[in-house]
Amino acid sequence: MPEETVSAEKEDESDSTDEGGKTTRRVVDDSELFHIGVSPHLRDKDTTTRIMGWVIVALLPLTVYGVYIGGLHAFGVVVMSIIGAVAAEAVMQRLLHKPIAVYDLSALLTGLLLALTLPPRLPMWIPFIGGVVAIVLGKQIFGGLGYNIFNPALVGRAVLFVSWSSYMTTSYLLHPQAAVVNTAAIKSIDSITKATPLFAIGLVRKGELTLSASKYIKPLLFGNPWGCIGEVSAVLILLGLAILLIKRLVDWRIPVCFVGTVMLLSLLKGSNPWFMALSGGLLLGACFMATDYVTNPMTGWGKVVFAVGCGIVTFVLRFYSKMPEGVMFAILLMNGFTPLIDRYIKPRPFGYKVKKLEEKEAEA
Amino acid sequence: MELARKLRGILPGSGGVHPPSQKIAADMSITPGPQPAEVFIPLSQHLGTPCEPLVAKQDRVMVGTRIGDSEGFVSAPVHSSVSGEVTGIVMHPHPTGEDSLAVVIKSDRLDTLDSAVKPHGNPDELTPEEIRRLVREGGIVGMGGAGFPTHVKLSPPADKPIELVIINGAECEPYLTGDYRLMLERGEDVVKGARLIQRAVGAERVVVAIEETSPQAINAMREAGGPLGMEVVSLPARYPQGAEKTLVDTITGKQVPHGKLPMEVGAIVDNVGTAAAIYDAVYMGMPLVERTLTVAGDGVARHANLKVKIGTLVEDVIDHCGGLVGGRGKVIVGGPMMGIAQYTMEVPVTKTTSGITVLSRETMMKEEPGSFTCIRCGRCVKNCPMNLMPYLIGAYADKGMWDKLEDLNIEDCMECGCCAYGCPTRNPLVQLCKVGKEGFVRKRSKMEALERAGKED
Repeated sequence: MPEETVSAEKEDESDSTDEGGKTTRRVVDDSELFHIGVSPHLRDKDTTTRIMGWVIVALLPLTVYGVYIGGLHAFGVVVMSIIGAVAAEAVMQRLLHKPIAVYDLSALLTGLLLALTLPPRLPMWIPFIGGVVAIVLGKQIFGGLGYNIFNPALVGRAVLFVSWSSYMTTSYLLHPQAAVVNTAAIKSIDSITKATPLFAIGLVRKGELTLSASKYIKPLLFGNPWGCIGEVSAVLILLGLAILLIKRLVDWRIPVCFVGTVMLLSLLKGSNPWFMALSGGLLLGACFMATDYVTNPMTGWGKVVFAVGCGIVTFVLRFYSKMPEGVMFAILLMNGFTPLIDRYIKPRPFGYKVKKLEEKEAEA
Repeated sequence: MELARKLRGILPGSGGVHPPSQKIAADMSITPGPQPAEVFIPLSQHLGTPCEPLVAKQDRVMVGTRIGDSEGFVSAPVHSSVSGEVTGIVMHPHPTGEDSLAVVIKSDRLDTLDSAVKPHGNPDELTPEEIRRLVREGGIVGMGGAGFPTHVKLSPPADKPIELVIINGAECEPYLTGDYRLMLERGEDVVKGARLIQRAVGAERVVVAIEETSPQAINAMREAGGPLGMEVVSLPARYPQGAEKTLVDTITGKQVPHGKLPMEVGAIVDNVGTAAAIYDAVYMGMPLVERTLTVAGDGVARHANLKVKIGTLVEDVIDHCGGLVGGRGKVIVGGPMMGIAQYTMEVPVTKTTSGITVLSRETMMKEEPGSFTCIRCGRCVKNCPMNLMPYLIGAYADKGMWDKLEDLNIEDCMECGCCAYGCPTRNPLVQLCKVGKEGFVRKRSKMEALERAGKED
C-alpha cells in the first residue's frame, strides 16, 4: 500500500457538501499536504530489484570466465537463455493481465542461472526453450515471483535434461570422460569408453575409478573445461558466494550445510570429499540455486533441514543411481518439502518456553 | 559476561536491525523551547483511564497547577505547563491520530509557579509509599514512548520481588538524542531519580543501560552513578535495543514471559527521562510539565534538543527551529522507526513525545517504490526481536483470516518495525499487523459474545 497524502486543511475547507448530498472533494494544492503512513518511516536500501541485481553481479565473474573458456558459442547459450526467460516473463505477464515487471531482474537472473547449468556447446534453440520453460512452467504458472514452489532455473534444466538428454550430456567442450583420461591416465579406461561420458565421472565418484588428488583439484578450482558453463571454476563460485554473504543476501547455513553433508557422507563412504565438493554442479547449486529465496524455508533451522536434505539426496543420487549427478533433482525435491518444513519448523516466540509435561497438566 | 552479552548481540537469530543512527543533534545541548502563546494539554497522555478536567473556562492556572485527574489506579494527573487563563476544553488533534479532549490555556508568558510546587522535606527520609504518592502526584508516566503510569510500575505485588532496576538509556531510535543529552547534562539528577526508584521497589541493583555507540554518556553515568554503586553496562548498538523486553533479555539473559511485565523476572525498566522527571517531582516538587525532546531530520532548518512545555503545538516547536525546509514531507512525532506521521502540525507535544522527526518531501520521493509481493527472503523472520513470523501475519491479516493470527502470537508484536524496515518488497508489515490485531480482537470479542448468548439460552 503506497503512502497516502491527506489534506492538512480543515475538513470544511477541503470537503464541501452540495445540495445533492454528495460529497465533493476540492482539489487541494499538493504542496500543502503532509505525507502520512504507518511506521517505520525508514526503509533499508535493499529492494527486490537491487537484490536480484547483486546476485547477477555475484555471478558475473563466473559467467565471464565460463564464456571465456567456452568460447563464443557459450556466450550464445547465455544470451539465448536470458532472452527466452525475459521474453517469456513479459509475454506471460501480458497474457495474465499483470503489470509487466521485467525490470525487477528476476527473469534475467533465472535465465542466467539456467545458462550456467548448461553445457557450452548446446544448439542455440535449446537454451531458448529452457528459458521459456523455466519462466512459464517454473514460475508464472504458480502465480509469478514469490509463489513458485520449485526453483525456476532448475525446472527449465530438468525439462531440457529429460527432453534432449543426448544434447545435454554430449555438448561439452571435452567429454567429461576426457577429464578422467587426461587427469588420471588410467589404463583400464577402455572399459568405460562405451558408456555415456558422464558415466565416467560417476564411476570416479563412486570410487570405482581412482584419481590422484593433485591432478583434478587444480582444474576444478581454476579452470575446468569439461563441465557446464557455470562449473568452470570453484574459486569464482565461492567469490560470488562471498559477495552474497558480505551483502547479507543469503544465509550461510544453506551452502555450508549442503556441501558439508555431501562431504561428510562421501567421506564415510570412503570417497574423496574434496573431489565430491568441487566437481559437478554441487557448489553452483548450493551457493546459487538452493539459496533462492522463494523456494527455501524461512527460518534458520528450516534452512538447515532443507540444506541437509539436499545434501543427503545429492549423495544418494550420486552414489546409488544411474545418474552421475544429483544436485538438480536434490534441490527440486527439497523445494517440494519447503512448505512442509515451514509448517513444522517455526521460531520459538520470545517469552515462550517449551512447557514441561507437569506444567501442562497443572494448567489443565 | 561482557563477552557473552556481545555475542548475543551479533549472533544470527537475535533479531533487530541497524538503521543509520543519524544522531545529528547529539552535540546540541538542551535549550529552552518556544514560549507558546497558547498550549493544548491533552487529558490523555498515558496508558489507562483518561483524566477528567479539574478546571473550567476562564479559570486562572499557574505552572504546576493540576488541571486533570482521574480515580483510576492506572492513570496519571496532568498539570498546566504555563501560567495563564483556561480558554476552553475542546476536542483537539492528538499525536496518536485521534482527537482527544484537551485543556486550552492562554499563556501570560510569566510562568508563575503554583504555590503547590515546593520541595517535600528531606527526600532521603521518604518511605516507598510516599515516593509512589509523589510520583503519582507529579503525573509521571514512562517517557520512552508507551506512557505507562510510573507509580503503577513502582507498585509491584508482594509476591513479585524486584531485584533489578534498569535505567534505560539505550536510545535506539535514529535521530533521537534527548536521553543522551540528559545523561550528559543531568547525570546526577538521573542517578538521584534512579535511587528513588530503587528505594520505592526495594531493589538491590541498579543498572544503567547505554548503547556502546555513546561512550560519553557511559562515562558521564559512570562518574555520576559509580559512587552510589550503580552499574553502567554498554550494550551492542542495534534497534530495538531500548525495547523493554529486549533490554531485560540483553542484560539479564531472561526472557520476560509472553503477556507479562518485566517484574515477572524481577526487573523493572524506567527511562532516563522518567528518572529525571522523578527527581524533579520529589526533590523540587515540580510535576511533569516539560520534557526534553529532539527536533531533527532533513526537513527542518535547525536541529535541537529542547526542553518543551507540554501542550506546545508541534508547529510552534518547528517554527522555533527555523521552520520547515524543502517540500512538505513527513512530520513524525517520535523517531522514524516507531513514530507517528502527522497530518497536521497542530498536534501538541505530550509527556511521551521523545522527538519530532521531519523528513523533507525530496527525501520521501527518493524512496524506491516496492512491489509488495513477498519473495520469501526471510528477513522479517530474522529481524523480528520477538521471533514471530511477520510475513505470515501480514498474509493472514491481508486476507482477513483472523483466527490464524492467534497461533502466530500476534499479540506479542510490539510494532517495532524491524520487519517492514528490512522488507525488500516494501510490504507494509506493521500496518498489516495493526489491522490483524484489530480484527483478531474484534473476532474474539464477537466469539465471546456468542458464547455468552449460547449459555443464556
